[in-house]
Amino acid sequence: MSLLKSREALLALAILVLIGVVAARFPAFVRPGNLANVFNDTSPLIILAIGQMIVILTKCIDLSVAANLALCGMVAALMNGAGVPLAVILPGVIVLGGALGAVNGVLVWKLGIPSIVVTLGTMTIFRGSIFLMTGGQWVNAHQMSEAFKALPRTVLLGLPVMSWMAIALIALFGVVLTRTALGRAFYAVGGNPHAAVYAGINVGRTQFAAFVISGALAGLAGYLWVARYAVAYVDIASGFELDVVAACVIGGVAIAGGAGTITGAVLGALFLGVIKNALPVVGISPFWQMAISGAAIVLAVAFNATQSRASGRIILKSAEAR
Amino acid sequence: MNPVLSLRGISKSFPGVKALSAVQLDLYPGQVTALIGENGAGKSTIVKVLTGVYQPDDGQILMGGAEVQFPTAQAASAAGVTAIHQETVLFDEMTVAENIWLGHAPRTRLGLIDRRAMRDGAVRLLEGIGAKLNPDLRLRDLGIASKHLVAIARALSIDARVVIMDEPTAALSHKEIHELYELVDTLKAQGKAILFISHKFDEIFRIADRYTVFRDGQFVGAGAMADVAEADLVQMMVGRSVDQIFPARARNIGAPVLTVAGYSHPTEFADIGFTLHRGEILGFYGLVGAGRSEVMQALFGITRPSKGATRIDDQVRVIRSTAEAIAAGIVYVPEDRGKQGAVKGLPIFQNVTLPSLARTSRAGFLRLAEEFKLARDYTQRLDLRAASLDQDVGLLSGGNQQKVVIAKWLATKPRVIILDEPTKGIDIGSKAAVHEFMAELAAEGLAVIMVSSEIPEVLGMSDRVIVMREGRIVDEVTGDRMTPEVLVRAAAGLAVAA
Repeated sequence: MSLLKSREALLALAILVLIGVVAARFPAFVRPGNLANVFNDTSPLIILAIGQMIVILTKCIDLSVAANLALCGMVAALMNGAGVPLAVILPGVIVLGGALGAVNGVLVWKLGIPSIVVTLGTMTIFRGSIFLMTGGQWVNAHQMSEAFKALPRTVLLGLPVMSWMAIALIALFGVVLTRTALGRAFYAVGGNPHAAVYAGINVGRTQFAAFVISGALAGLAGYLWVARYAVAYVDIASGFELDVVAACVIGGVAIAGGAGTITGAVLGALFLGVIKNALPVVGISPFWQMAISGAAIVLAVAFNATQSRASGRIILKSAEAR
Repeated sequence: MNPVLSLRGISKSFPGVKALSAVQLDLYPGQVTALIGENGAGKSTIVKVLTGVYQPDDGQILMGGAEVQFPTAQAASAAGVTAIHQETVLFDEMTVAENIWLGHAPRTRLGLIDRRAMRDGAVRLLEGIGAKLNPDLRLRDLGIASKHLVAIARALSIDARVVIMDEPTAALSHKEIHELYELVDTLKAQGKAILFISHKFDEIFRIADRYTVFRDGQFVGAGAMADVAEADLVQMMVGRSVDQIFPARARNIGAPVLTVAGYSHPTEFADIGFTLHRGEILGFYGLVGAGRSEVMQALFGITRPSKGATRIDDQVRVIRSTAEAIAAGIVYVPEDRGKQGAVKGLPIFQNVTLPSLARTSRAGFLRLAEEFKLARDYTQRLDLRAASLDQDVGLLSGGNQQKVVIAKWLATKPRVIILDEPTKGIDIGSKAAVHEFMAELAAEGLAVIMVSSEIPEVLGMSDRVIVMREGRIVDEVTGDRMTPEVLVRAAAGLAVAA
């Protein structure tokens, strides 16, 4: 545990150093207003990273999150166009996203198909469904109601609602993971599925629950995304699932399952968010941005690998000492 | 005649366990040497030493009288030692010919793999052992017996002088076993030295020329099969009752708790029936693969039996999942701690409370204080040595991990506890603690099932012993009949001694 904590402290430090380096040349970057902007801009990534982190904990992966986001976002935009009130749209997209996640979950649970294959398939199906629904048409800002577009941007106590939602979800799932039986089951299923079976935990059902959570969060993020950017079309958030997985990996969530924290996933997302927002300020090309995120992923994985090897040596030493 | 390969004074230790202690072994050309011993005698370890997987701590390996070393599996294979394992180690997605030649395929002048030579060579090798297999078939389309043939052809392709067969007949049908015997005769005729590991006495007497017996990692005896009787081998295997001390127990057996009748599974076991009482320790003895763990896993709801019923306190209970088994008061401490027991990466207290979370939470929220209390109560009872309950289970020694797993199950307050090989691979001190604790549990009125392959443990701890063989109960041993000879004979399928 202390190793994991120190690892998260290290990541937080890296983010601060990054911000510091940028601030040295562009002091405006560290103005509270701008930092709040960076956080707000990263909020969808954080929300998806929370769901992805839970799925990865259970030894699975959800590649369909971005497509799920796009589909739910489109449905939200179309409902809005049909005059459905926001109070229905919001729970509607969460349920829809959860249902799409449940499709992934059932395929993994009942048919035992590897999650990477399942979600690769559903990812394409979800995108295809958007095209079928719209014939490739865009829903633009002028076709959306003001209330629909305003909610994520409404400022409460200095932060937009979208940021508050991310904060609330961080808190909610922090509690779920550390303080509920379901949260414990996520760790147990990923840490040792065989032992989890013997402890009376239904491994498949736990993985199903993880996919439903991931899907529901993607559904919510779908509305936020469409409302914030005031546009919905087939290809929104295209490729975003890789950023989400990257945030988890950088945040120290073990890709083999069973280890990781919400704090880590959120820090991983923030790290990517800071890079994305800082580089244009410093005047570095967005292609560098990709290279830097890529390097961060490799570094994070290498760091994980050396850490687990070091603990292996500790086991032997203590065994010899006994 | 001089041996092809000799081991002298080979020792090998693992943390807490001395697997081999100055053992010797000689293998002669054109002869089959049977290696005999109980589970835990060190047979698998010696195979790994011979094939370069383990390095001995001490001792010599001699080939043709000269000392050699096998630092890697390749070195052993280059020296002409090859093993055909219980689960044959081959590649399912490759063809027969590719499997035979993997790593030493014939080359063309350009240095590319010569597919035709490979194919022709495979046919020649297979014909040499009387096998008519198409070399282009993928291995996954073959049965186990044919895979054995491929493994043997591979052994011949590297010009092996020593062939190790580790329980080769364990998974074969009657006809296939007969074919394997003929193959062994062919190999003998070609002058190969064969090390044959088997638990089956009829097989050993049919096929072996010489024997070597190990017990508890020590060399007990060796000689020619012609000079030895079955009873002598059994005696050497089990030895005098070991100087291990088991806790004295007041036998206070109460009412029946668990009754199993007509329990059957399509492939694993049939007609299993027994009654377990309060305060009783019921031993399950048998060879590896006799179906003991499979029965226990069905009782615990991991697999579903096709027929049969379980009654708990005279009420029929259908157990469909492990959660239902735990709710019915049955818990199972599995054999493979690493795989099925502890969740490494989670701290000790979370491992202990994993099946008991419903009791430590309120309104759906876990209460850490309750969890720590529960974990502390049970780990203290088991005398767990750990820096703190927050420590990762993966950092504990094997014996202490076992204690965490047992504490986890006791914390569910079970009525029936099934312990599968409870002391396998742990050191003597921890073993004694586990035995002590089992006696305490029985004294408190818990019903205990102990699956064990260690005869001293079975005899020392059990009130009654059920012996299984090939998926069926073959004997129930009580009172004066509880001797090593009776158990070994029943498990090996030998006639009961007069």
